[in-house]
Amino acid sequence: MIYWQVFIAFFIPNIVGYGGGPAIIPLIENEVVGRYGWMSSQAFAETLALGNTLPSPIATKMAGYIGYDVAGIPGALIATFATIAPSLVLMLVALSTLYRYRDSLKVKSMSQWVRPVIMVLMAYLTWTFLIESIDGAGVWHTLGIAAVAALLLIRIHVHPAFVVMASLVYGGFFLGT
Amino acid sequence: MLKTQGNLFVAFLRIGLLGFGGGPSMIPLVYQEVVKRYAWMSDEEFGDVLAIGNTLPGPIATKMAGTIGYRVGGFWGCLNAVAAVVVPVVLAMILLLGLFTRYQDHRWIQGMSEGVVPVVMVMMAQLTWDFFSKARSTLGWIATLLLGACAGGLIYWLDVHPGIVIGAILIAALLRPERRKTSAAEEDTSP
Repeated sequence: MIYWQVFIAFFIPNIVGYGGGPAIIPLIENEVVGRYGWMSSQAFAETLALGNTLPSPIATKMAGYIGYDVAGIPGALIATFATIAPSLVLMLVALSTLYRYRDSLKVKSMSQWVRPVIMVLMAYLTWTFLIESIDGAGVWHTLGIAAVAALLLIRIHVHPAFVVMASLVYGGFFLGT
Repeated sequence: MLKTQGNLFVAFLRIGLLGFGGGPSMIPLVYQEVVKRYAWMSDEEFGDVLAIGNTLPGPIATKMAGTIGYRVGGFWGCLNAVAAVVVPVVLAMILLLGLFTRYQDHRWIQGMSEGVVPVVMVMMAQLTWDFFSKARSTLGWIATLLLGACAGGLIYWLDVHPGIVIGAILIAALLRPERRKTSAAEEDTSP
């Protein structure tokens, strides 16, 4: 039963997640935090933060870790399988059919039309993280860390891995008392 | 044969370990290994695989690894290439986060996990903005906000599953009559 839930929780986000890895994040959060309640949004944020410091696609990293957290090694395998297999199998089986449509305007418009929905899901997730953070670290720490992080990430283009590490160090020293 | 599998594994291991910044940032790395170093594919074939991959949902890096692995080394090549991209990094995730949860009762570890939430929030805000600008540049900002508002209302107010909302949009995009005549004609005549 739990394995089936793990499969569904990662199958659905990846089958509707047009727009690559990042588009899948809010959809996974919707299943894992919202629907099944396997983790808190803070734990999800942590997973996402650590995932962002490591290489390779974010969707498989999230799937592997959350699957493992929920149902051990079989869970990790099932979640990763549900993330990768459906679109890969489709790609291998229907290569020639898909080839005909690779420049089709309709196919291009599919990912274009989905973008505003993903945008709303992401905005909502941003809001969830804000509430969560005010609850945990407090208003001033939240605003301070967010302002510095925004400056480093958006203006100075520091690699996310360093920003995440800096925030971990800051939190360890100033929030852990 | 065994050597090919070895090469496949090493190539995609390198791609997985150097691919900081997620899927799309890995495409040049895949190109480097597959076209430049091992010459498993021509420029054109690579472009086709990439274009076809983009017509399907899900992460692009594993789709490319699987397809290229399959072409080069059959079923086992496919499995091999995907495993090389996914397994090492997932293991690293489990190890790192496992350490984190083991010591989560310590106050300073809790401080660390609280400190990182605002950063993730900023990253998510950045992604939101990114998707907004892309949507605005292709759909215009009125359609973007309208679609976004409708979707948000359905999902958060009426509690419709986001998968259903997106599924409906995908079907609508597919079934909608193609407006530009030229592109429709082009599609019909292609082999």
